[in-house]
Amino acid sequence: MTDKNLIDQNLNQDGIDRRGFLKCMAWAGTGLVWTLSGGIPVSRAFAKNSGKSTDFTFAQISDSHMGFNKPANPDVVATLQAAIDKINRLPNPPEFLLHTGDISHLSRPEQFDKVDQILKSAVAKDVFFVPGEHDVLDDNGKSYLERYGKSAQGSGWYSFDKNGVHFIGLVNVMNLKSGGLGSLGNDQLEWMEKDVKHLKHSTPIVVFAHIPLWTVYPEWGWGTEDSAQALGYLKKFGSVTVLNGHIHQTMQKVEGKVTFHTAMSTAFPQPQPGKADSPGPMKVPAEQLRSVLGITDVNYVRGQHSLAVVDSTLG
Amino acid sequence: MTNKNLRRAFSAMPLIIALFVFAGSSSVSANDQPPSQAAEVKIDNFSFGPQTLTIPAGSTVTWTNRDDIPHTAVSTDGAFKSKVMDTDEKFSHTFATPGTYAYYCTIHPKMTGKIVVQ
Repeated sequence: MTDKNLIDQNLNQDGIDRRGFLKCMAWAGTGLVWTLSGGIPVSRAFAKNSGKSTDFTFAQISDSHMGFNKPANPDVVATLQAAIDKINRLPNPPEFLLHTGDISHLSRPEQFDKVDQILKSAVAKDVFFVPGEHDVLDDNGKSYLERYGKSAQGSGWYSFDKNGVHFIGLVNVMNLKSGGLGSLGNDQLEWMEKDVKHLKHSTPIVVFAHIPLWTVYPEWGWGTEDSAQALGYLKKFGSVTVLNGHIHQTMQKVEGKVTFHTAMSTAFPQPQPGKADSPGPMKVPAEQLRSVLGITDVNYVRGQHSLAVVDSTLG
Repeated sequence: MTNKNLRRAFSAMPLIIALFVFAGSSSVSANDQPPSQAAEVKIDNFSFGPQTLTIPAGSTVTWTNRDDIPHTAVSTDGAFKSKVMDTDEKFSHTFATPGTYAYYCTIHPKMTGKIVVQ
């Protein structure tokens, strides 16, 4: 009798065959793994020991909506904690976290406090934030900036470098115009142009912002009006990864050297574009909730121009 | 108050009430405009209902959020600006001046509405 755990066809010499691939996918949850090799997306198995030395990994969480308590998820504290626990157990522990906004549900101090408290249980001690529209209510982002914008400019944009990768945190949820989409604004765009001007073309770039920087579904405001200008400043770079949240589901798009990716929420799912009247919280049977919430793990391998972006659900 | 004064106060009440009634009715008859109203906008499913509301000048509009997500009502010209309304929270504004007031939800800017004040 054949042992189902043995590899019988190691065609790509990567230590996995089709059956093993499928088993791996089942283990990893959604197991969406994309890397770009020479500009062509290649899906690979998410294996614990890939054999390649990974320079570093970081994790993205999004849309924790602390304070939300409606039927779609009566306990966003528990699901955020589950997300952090999952990140802590990742095979290659992330060095830091990105939170792509809607940290709180109503910009209230106790909601921000609660998220900060839960994040203390993350093994990764550094967390980098960008605000969502739920984080800048009533006070024009003042309390968000006091907490998370100490080294930021304007409404909270900033950049930093980690292991040769340049990270750019953008804010596209301020001063939204009636009938419009997300917006970066001229001040921020001017800053960004200067910020990347002198970087070498070989520097991998990671841009993170709350609302998608590509037009996912304009009817629901899922896009950013002036993102084309921002992306224009990044044309010279060989590897650009754009990480967003806001839509509470994973979506991926590759355009030349730019990979766009949106994360799941840790709080509640939202419907797919056009599949409901409005983009509000989507109720699923309680036992399915954790299968539509999740985290994103991003692996950077030095020498590879691509970042491997892996989504996994909470349950 | 002493009993005597109390009786005097009560006996004066019908006169006082009558004065108010006459005062009220004389101001209504002096006005050609219809009496001001209390009007409502219900927020649900990412939309303002009705999307266009027509009211007489002096009316007060109350927005009530029935959605399971917070919203705001903010005019595009600075005339009014609600704080965030969570589910079942309200915001009211009295429209003294005739005109058309376009407004939207600053959290979900695709949600737009209009108050027409006549």
